[in-house]
Amino acid sequence: MLRRTGVRYKFFEMGKLNVRIHELEFKNPVTVASGTFGFGLEMSEFFNLSLLGGIFVKGLTVKNREGNDYPRMAETASGMLNSVGLQNKGIDYFRDFIYPKIKDFDTHIIANINGSTIEEYVEVAEKLNDLDRVTAVELNISCPNVREGGLHFGISCPSAIAVTKAVRRACNKTLIVKLSPNVTDIAEIAMAVEGAGADSLSLINTLLGMAVNAETRKPVLSTVTGGLSGPAIKPVALRMVWKVYKAVKIPLFGIGGIMNATDAIEFILAGSSAVQVGTANFIDPLISLKIIKGIEEYLDRHGIESVTELIGGLEA
Amino acid sequence: MTKVVEDHIVSAIENPAKGHYFITFQSPVKIPEILPGNFAEIQISNTEGVFLRRPFSILDVDYNKNTISFYVKVVGKGTGSLARLQSGDIVNLIYPLGNSYPLPEKEEKALIVTGGSGIAPFILLGKQLKAINITATFLIGGKSKTDILLTGEFSKYGEVLVTTEDGTLGEKGFVTQHSLFRGSLGFDVIYTCGPGPMMKAVAEIAKNKGIHCLASLENMMACGFGICLCCVAPTQEGNKRVCYEGPVFDINFLKWEN
Repeated sequence: MLRRTGVRYKFFEMGKLNVRIHELEFKNPVTVASGTFGFGLEMSEFFNLSLLGGIFVKGLTVKNREGNDYPRMAETASGMLNSVGLQNKGIDYFRDFIYPKIKDFDTHIIANINGSTIEEYVEVAEKLNDLDRVTAVELNISCPNVREGGLHFGISCPSAIAVTKAVRRACNKTLIVKLSPNVTDIAEIAMAVEGAGADSLSLINTLLGMAVNAETRKPVLSTVTGGLSGPAIKPVALRMVWKVYKAVKIPLFGIGGIMNATDAIEFILAGSSAVQVGTANFIDPLISLKIIKGIEEYLDRHGIESVTELIGGLEA
Repeated sequence: MTKVVEDHIVSAIENPAKGHYFITFQSPVKIPEILPGNFAEIQISNTEGVFLRRPFSILDVDYNKNTISFYVKVVGKGTGSLARLQSGDIVNLIYPLGNSYPLPEKEEKALIVTGGSGIAPFILLGKQLKAINITATFLIGGKSKTDILLTGEFSKYGEVLVTTEDGTLGEKGFVTQHSLFRGSLGFDVIYTCGPGPMMKAVAEIAKNKGIHCLASLENMMACGFGICLCCVAPTQEGNKRVCYEGPVFDINFLKWEN
């Protein structure tokens, strides 16, 4: 079963790794997930960021946030928990001091936006409208590590619809909504958000979890609970991508424990048009480049002309 | 600064005392300048329960032989796995990471207070201080004499004083109980690295005596190069990344809870 492939996009001159998300052309399907790549500046000490399909920058809020107290991280079996809590200096600081330094990266710069109220989401989205090089907005309704807002918006259809509609009206860019796995039926939320005007979806954000120190009888994280990421969540993420792919028409960014090119191909076969590499960046800052190369090798090995032919190609 | 992210070959592994190791790696690329306090993220392979790299201060570097070495004290699964390395094994390293201990701008008297795995940055610091004609005083603490390492090496760069909790070497007690602290402390700067309670006690002394003090922190890290924001320490200017703005901080900039 191959849907939404080739035909519609033959109009564009596309290389074998190019994919389209709504109106945007990506040079390859490999992007990096918000919160796992900073704003790219530190990573530019490792490689040329223009080689990436796109960069989802660290989550932005209206005002400066210091995030949660240390400890914010716990290593787990095949993964990690974090409870960073959206530490960032606010949208104005981003606009004035960070954007000028990253705007010349020749890749999609996608702003991840957060708020405790719909008004806050809208304010951040509006302020991004004037930043031409931010080509898309990722509406984060799934952060598990903030007390107000965040995940609260992502776990019920009415609130997900309300915030998506409001940001859709305020935002002049491609709108991607990042979904939470911490719901009963992710496809239901996905359809609701699609109906509210989302151009694309990204999934999944971290799964709620916790870690306990048996010796001290205390939680490892200052917040007790946090978000689980890494290869531990890959099977859960694949299933959710597959389920959502069958439920909506808009393109998907697959996320969840992608550590290598094979993992990325699996997400594409399950229905992702592109992927976001997250926790793997912490272990190998060059992993995205290796994944891009690995996807190209896979296409050559299988005699496939375009990666778009693989999207949703799972023979189930 | 460009970073090295490369597979290195273990060229030597020494086991000077139970649970303590010195591991030297041959770099496949020219090693960039390493400053005292810089650290590396070492990948731990095939170890159940270990997912992330582990950060280690750079112990020493030989620019001629192109080798880089580390001190590893076995405390858990990750360090245990490194202790089992053998010459010829291949390990991926990322370095140099973090900031470094600033050197005095004029001739000053420097005191280094350290203990446990905190000794690692002070070979490079001792060398750099000596290069600018500053002979440092090294005060090293440990539980017992088998925990006191590298005294021969440190003595090349200055006087070495020791405390042990059981009194088996040097003065008995904690480093901060050393007789050195009883008199008027004639130092202009104190460099410290070691267990948190030790550094806090050293910082307290430095504050009381009005001595400039720099501490290197060891917070848990996921990445080590500034992107995950997990290792933050509270400072006068909000939460700062120990791996990127640090690991070395002026104690007056830190907001340490007591």
